[in-house]
This record gives sequence, C-alpha cells and structure tokens, in this order.
Amino acid sequence: MAGNLDHAVDYSAGMLMEATHIADWLIIAPIILTIVGGALLLMLREKTKLHGALATLIMGLLVLVDALLLARVLDVGPIAMTMGRWLPPFGITFTVDAFGALMALISGVVALAVCIYSLVEISVTGRRFGFYPLLMLLMTGVTGSFLTGDIFNLYVWFEVMLISSFGLLILGGERIQLDGALKYAILNLLATTLFLIATGLLYGAVGSLNMADISLKLPAVQEAGAPIITIGALYFLAFAMKAAAFPLNFWLPASYHTPNIVVSALFGGILTKVGVYALIRTMILLLPDTRIILSEVIAWVAVFTMIFGALGTLAHNDIRRVFGYLVISGIGPMLVGVALGSEEAISGAIMYAVHSIIALTGLYLAFGILMRKNGGKYNLSDVGGGYKASDGLSILFLVLAFGIVGLPPFSGFWPKFILVDASIHAGHGWLAFAILFSGFLTTISVGRVWAHAFWRGGPIGTTDGQLGMPLQGLTRSVRSKTYLPVGALVVIVCLIGVFPSPLLSIVQSGTQSLLNPERYVSAVFSAATAQQKAKQAEKAQQPKDHEDTVKGHDTKTEPMKQEGAH
Amino acid sequence: METILSILVGVFFSVSVYLMTSRYLIRIILGIAILGNAVNLTIFTSGRLMREVPPIIPLDAMVPAGPTANPLPQALILTAIVISFSFLAFLLVLVYRAYQELGTDDAVEMRVAEPADEDLPPVSF
Repeated sequence: MAGNLDHAVDYSAGMLMEATHIADWLIIAPIILTIVGGALLLMLREKTKLHGALATLIMGLLVLVDALLLARVLDVGPIAMTMGRWLPPFGITFTVDAFGALMALISGVVALAVCIYSLVEISVTGRRFGFYPLLMLLMTGVTGSFLTGDIFNLYVWFEVMLISSFGLLILGGERIQLDGALKYAILNLLATTLFLIATGLLYGAVGSLNMADISLKLPAVQEAGAPIITIGALYFLAFAMKAAAFPLNFWLPASYHTPNIVVSALFGGILTKVGVYALIRTMILLLPDTRIILSEVIAWVAVFTMIFGALGTLAHNDIRRVFGYLVISGIGPMLVGVALGSEEAISGAIMYAVHSIIALTGLYLAFGILMRKNGGKYNLSDVGGGYKASDGLSILFLVLAFGIVGLPPFSGFWPKFILVDASIHAGHGWLAFAILFSGFLTTISVGRVWAHAFWRGGPIGTTDGQLGMPLQGLTRSVRSKTYLPVGALVVIVCLIGVFPSPLLSIVQSGTQSLLNPERYVSAVFSAATAQQKAKQAEKAQQPKDHEDTVKGHDTKTEPMKQEGAH
Repeated sequence: METILSILVGVFFSVSVYLMTSRYLIRIILGIAILGNAVNLTIFTSGRLMREVPPIIPLDAMVPAGPTANPLPQALILTAIVISFSFLAFLLVLVYRAYQELGTDDAVEMRVAEPADEDLPPVSF
C-alpha cells in the first residue's frame, strides 16, 4: 500500500500563530450569545417565569451584535476567524461576508419579534417543555449556518437547527403535531443526510472543507476528472429539499400548520431561507460551473415551485396551510436568481430572501392576533368580521399580504422587479412570466383570505354584516405584546418598499463577495499570509545561501518551536 | 480494500433506500439507521484508507515522524455518528409516540395533519 502515501498529509505546516483581531470576535459573538442563553435558560428550568424576559433580552442583544457585525463587514469587507491554532485549510473557520451577516441580522430581528409575541402566546406548559431554550438553540443553528465558512461545520449547524426545530414542532404533543412532525423529521433528516453525502464526496475529491479553500482548489480538481457535477447535483437536491422546492416540498404543508402560530411564524420565515442561503453559497461561490450546467433544471424547478405553490394557496381552506403554500411559492423567485446567476439576479434573490423572512413572519403573527380574537378559528369558511373588530389589524394584515405578493409600495416589489428585469435581460421571458403569473395567483389568494377574514361581516351562514360570534377584545398587555412585533415588521416592510437603496447596496456588496470571492478568500487566508510574510522577513535576515536548504525543513518545524515556547 | 468498502457502501445504500420506500414507519426508521452508516462509510472511504501509518506523535517529538494517515475523516465520522445516533433516538421516540396516539405505523393512514376529506375553500368573493 505504498502508493497510498500520496494521500498522506503533513499537518505540521498548518499551525496558526496570529491571534484574531479583537474586533473580529464579533463573528462568533452571536453564536456564543445564543448558545450560552440556551444553556442558561435550561439551567433555570425551575423558574419558567424568568424565561420570557430573559429570552427577549438575549434576542435583543443578538440583534445588536448582528447589526454591529454587519456594520463591521460593510466597513472592512469579509472577515474570518479560525478556531484553535490550525491554519484555514485545516481548522474550522467562521467567515462572514455581507450576505451572511445580512441574513443573520434579519433572522435575528424576526426572532426578536417572535420572542416578544411568544410572551403572550406560550403558556406555562410550553415554557416547562422548554420553548425558550429551544428557540435559543434554533437561533444558534440558524446564525451558525449563516456565519460559518466551513462546509462540514455548516452540516453541524444544520443539525443543531434541525433538532431544535423538531422540539419546537411537537411542543404541545397533540396528535396533529405528532403526525406533522413525523413527516417533517424524516424528510428533513434525509435532506441533511444527502448534504452530508455530498460533503463527504467533496472532501474526497478536493481534500478540504473550508469554503474559500474549496473555491480555490476546485477548478484544478475538476480538470483532473473528479465528479464535481454529481456532487453539485447532490448539493442542489439536498438544499432544494431543505428549501421546499417543488418536487421535494411535501413535508412543509404537512407540518407547518400544526405547531403554535409563533413557531409556524418562525419556521415559515427563517428555516426554508437557510436552505436557500446554503444553495446560493454552494452554487454560486463553491460550484459555479455546476450551476451553469444545472441552470436549466434549476429554472424549471423554480417555475414549478412558484406555480404549484400558488395553486396550493388557492386550494386550501385552512389559512395556515395557505400560508405554508405561500412560503413554498416564495422559494421560486430565489431559485430563479440562482438559475440565472447574473449579478443582478443574485442580488434580486438575496433581497427576496430578506423580504420573504420579514413579511412571512409578520403575516403569520398578524393572523395569530386574529386567531386570538376569534377564539382559534383558522378555516376560511369560519372566519369573518375582522375589520369591524379591529381596523388597525386588518390594515397591518393587508400591508403584509400585499408585501408578500409583491405589490408596490411594499418590500416584495423591488426584488420581484429586479428578478423580472434580470430574466428579461438574460433572454428568459418565460421566467419573468412565471414570476408575474405566480404573483397574480397569490394576489388572488391573499386577497381572498383578507376578504373572508376581515372584509365580510361574519362567517358563512350568518347574515352579512352581523357577526356570527363576537370577536374578543384583547387586554392591554396582550395588545402591546402582539401588536408591537407585528407593527415593527410592517414598518420594515414599508421602509424596504419605499427606500430600497440602503438594503440594495448591502445586498450588492454580498453579491460581489459571492461572484468575486477574492476578498472572501483573502480574508480567510489573511492570518496565513501574514504568517508567511513574517517568515519571509525572517528568511531575508538569514544568510542567502542557507535559504534553499532550510526551506523544506523550515515550514515544518518553526511553528513548533514557537509553540514550545508558549 | 477501497473496492470492498465501496461495494459495502453500495449495498448499504440500496438496502436503506429499499427500506425507506416502505410505508411502515418502523422500516423507514431502520432504513434511516442504515443510511447513516452508509454515509459514514462513504466519508471514511473517500478520505482514503491507510493502515500502516497512524498519525501518532512519538513521545520525544513535537510532530509526527514523516507523513501519516489523515485523521480528519475519522473526526468527521465521529461527529456524524453522534448526530445520526441522537437523531435516530429522537425518531424512535417520535414514532413510538405517534403509534400510541394515532394507533398505526402506516404512513399512508396517518392523515391527521392533512385530512383527506378537508373542506374546499369557499367560492364566494
């Protein structure tokens, strides 16, 4: 087996001596915050009264830290931090560019809104079962997925996210939840296993797990005949399943309507977008050639996702399931962005993801308020009289609904506009048509929800104008804790709609680092290059004739000497 | 050696896919358990197999003497084993609870979340 020595590795060249810059500790601050918060809440499991306030505080801090991180990334470009003392190709690296930081910030904002809303929605039982620790750990997984720069580490964060989401999904232990959770659990586990298979094969082909390193090494490996296209297709399959793209979406409508409405809101907003994030990251940054080959497949998947999702919204009576199909339908435009792959299209996809997280969570939460008022009814035939009971709520709901379907002047308009424009520029008018057509269908659908829930006087069977049953008023403290998060999300939806340019410039900076990964890559290797420079300077001081003989030996032992000195 | 393991991986994958196409949850769970092992063996095999040169550092040295086998695939598999094992435990409990509550382990008969006789949405408006 002597030939196998070719595959041997020499790790001693990889010792990291440079400490991470103190400002760059911001990278892992969100994860430390949420994981410590989750542990803290678990320790306080006897004192569930404290849970709500503490969790809200930690989520508030998380938003703050994410915002600081985004500001730092926009200021100095992509930043990286390597765990332990191994240089990037060996150690686990956290790498943040504007795309990852933006997604982390937006999901932090949404999680804060959900956390405030949950103060009234989650009962004592829910707290005892550990709603808040699970919420914290879910956010750990989500934020970790956005911030990591290591593909195996991404798998680990996916699993952290997945196991917390299982816990949240079956929190009440009702029959319907067990049924929904089974389908969700098995299919999602299958998707992450596919992801792991692809990662194993990629490691076998490239010999590295660091995303920046892979993107550097991949062209040479591909030339040597490694089955990169197969690996890319596996990644696409796994992440499309995570993102609930068309033929792989059936776990979502089976499960997302079963848990508490705050859990649905969080899942509908964030979880599928993590799949989209991973898809964009792998397809655009890691495997650009595979994306070009698969682009037609991705485009068709996108079209079917949009149209079938939109038809699903029209076919269901349960409003929560209508929203579930809205989530699916909203995945399509982001896939269009991936399929086209131009700078404009990717910007559109990222902006759509940001908008979709905010607007969908808001929509679920706004419907949650209506459900509180009408005593938990969620079928289109049983709701009604919302406008009479609360005109404010009906307007908030309408704004979010228009935002989702992409009507101006709300947040959904700009990303859809950009994507339609990009499709036409790329000569794919049918993609633009699909986006607009699915927008039309979902407009009918959310319009119908609004008309039934708010506009008409009462449910089916009652004389119009008369309430079938009086809607309950909410107490002052319940009102403040439910309307505040929904109102805040509506404000964001309107702001993005009216002033899209600040968000657009952040998104474009994220797109830049995906398409031109030089800065992303150099951020990862900056510690390494700094070390190499130091070494070169050291060598320059040595007598010149020594240089060649010392060279091979030098890289191997020198870091070790330094370590021995520590 | 790699050929034998590759064949084993293939067998594992086919068995797990066959089991997962069943409609009975307990078979699906068994399929997932085998799938986890198939994936771990895949990582192990694609990380290249070497027996003769363990990555062990001699007592009096700071670095391993000469090139060694790559320990990283084993670290990866260790992580993957822990994760797939814990998920299997969770799924077993979930399936058992579902069997208690729903009285069946036939996935096709489980229609609580998606009832077959669901009302159509109203056609007014």
